Amino acid sequence: MDSHKGVLVCGEIAEGQLAPITIELLGVGRKLADELGEELSALIMGSKTGGLGQEAIAYGADNVYVAEDSLLDDYNSDAYTQVAANLCKKVLPSIMLLGHTDIGCDLAPRLNGRLGGGLAMESMALSIDPATKLLVSTRPVFGGNAHATMLSKSARPQMATVRAKTVPSAGRDDSRQGKVIPVEDKIDPSAIKVKVVDRIKEEVEGVRLEDAEVVVAGGRGMGSAQDFGMLRALANVLGGAVGATRVACDEGWAPVTLQVGQSGKVVSPKLYIAVGLSGAMAHIAGCLGSKHIVAINKDKEANIFNVAHFGIVADHKEILPTLTAKFKELLSK
Amino acid sequence: MNTIVCVKQVLDPEIPPAKFKIDAEAKQVIPPPGVPPVISVYDERAVEAACRLKDKHKGKITVISMGSEKAADVVKHTISMGADEGFVLSDESFANLDSFGTAYVLGKAIQKIGEYDLILCGRQAADWGAGQVGSILAELLAIPVVTLACDIEAVDKNLRIKRIVNDGFEVLEAPMPSLVTVSSEIGLPRLPAGMRLMMARKKQIPVWTAQDIGAEASQLGKDNAHTEITSLTVPTRKTECEIITGPTPSEAAVNLALKLNELI
Repeated sequence: MDSHKGVLVCGEIAEGQLAPITIELLGVGRKLADELGEELSALIMGSKTGGLGQEAIAYGADNVYVAEDSLLDDYNSDAYTQVAANLCKKVLPSIMLLGHTDIGCDLAPRLNGRLGGGLAMESMALSIDPATKLLVSTRPVFGGNAHATMLSKSARPQMATVRAKTVPSAGRDDSRQGKVIPVEDKIDPSAIKVKVVDRIKEEVEGVRLEDAEVVVAGGRGMGSAQDFGMLRALANVLGGAVGATRVACDEGWAPVTLQVGQSGKVVSPKLYIAVGLSGAMAHIAGCLGSKHIVAINKDKEANIFNVAHFGIVADHKEILPTLTAKFKELLSK
Repeated sequence: MNTIVCVKQVLDPEIPPAKFKIDAEAKQVIPPPGVPPVISVYDERAVEAACRLKDKHKGKITVISMGSEKAADVVKHTISMGADEGFVLSDESFANLDSFGTAYVLGKAIQKIGEYDLILCGRQAADWGAGQVGSILAELLAIPVVTLACDIEAVDKNLRIKRIVNDGFEVLEAPMPSLVTVSSEIGLPRLPAGMRLMMARKKQIPVWTAQDIGAEASQLGKDNAHTEITSLTVPTRKTECEIITGPTPSEAAVNLALKLNELI
């Protein structure tokens, strides 16, 4: 156990750059490493990683392991697991951090299964216990109704996937010094059992839900697909995205890709406008990280008013058209 | 095609927040009286995926559920949906296992069942939501794994799986046997049909203990846990909701726009 040292961040590349989540992980990873008095390392896997090692150093890494191989061009679970597991067996990190993304959600549990570590998925807060020096992770359980803290006494690495936008990004400092270390091991192609045969990008109208700074979401109370159009109009004016509850998706008013909540997407925009939705815990779990929550509901007893910062008690039909028009006027100035 | 589906019985996630109570000392949730536990949402979708494959390719669906003996209820539910056979894995030593312990027990039961082409799990449980049992299980069984599936087809001797990614989906080809974790995007689960419902009710669901599946106590002890929960809390949300009003709803809407405009 004592042979395991340091923090390793498993990086992601998005459009040739370090993904925003990776910069956030480097931020929190640096903090944890400093508290332990140990080094922060990063692993970057891809087919073209030019310059990204240096980038990771600027964002706080002491060492950056770079695995460059055409087999790592896009995410392939078998290839990435192999490279990351082999590196972990060599480097023996005490802590390993991944993003709670579609890559991290696949890679982290597999790596954990292979390495025999201890993993907390979807961590919202990470700290070092001052007495034991163990990693303590806090994560939502029971659809966000409760928070659990967990740790691994002896299993290594202590792993966590971290939700986007829950920890501050690392500051950039181009004068930082560090080592870029190429990963020499070749990938064993025979261990790649699952092949990616196609990637299909879904065209979204406007901003992506997860990236939006404003989300306008509706639920059962919207009553129809037509009224969902009113949400779209407001979202368009605000440069935001539309979200929906599970009921609204089941009704077919919105595609399931727009579902916010425990079984959908977790969003943390600056502004979350919840319209005609009661605020079931399973839904709230997906939007609690929003900076400002606004509720528009005709039922003043609805749970959504317990989590909202601002509210209007009225039928959405009486509010949305004027709200949209007023924003249009204000934002055009 | 032989499919094994792993399902979990959980506290109904749709209960109103007011009914949600915990025992902070025991780090457990207190089940609200009168609310029956349900099959975990994603696991039900996994059963649906298995049923769709059986509709097309015939074969057998075997369901296993680790939990109390009451888990027989969710196994019966899956049989009413279309599963053929089910087992409950219940033993004192299975209580409060972490993800590794759970995967170990499921793996032992699967080895006892024997032949399979596909193992399905929900992407995560609706209660503790660890989101890793499927992947650890696949690693323990040394079979390929595909996570977050929204569609599974059998094509020749392979599986063709659509996997959800943030900007769309990937199409993957996996050999059999593989383990696949299923996401809710696969679509709504079928409603049990009348005849099957009757049959499921009468079905005997055998209970397998640690001894039955050859699970070793040394793998299940607290000392062997990879993770431990150190606290469980209900977050206090002290949100003061400022109700925006006006002489008419329209004017309230204008006031809200003015207020929010200062914030964004």
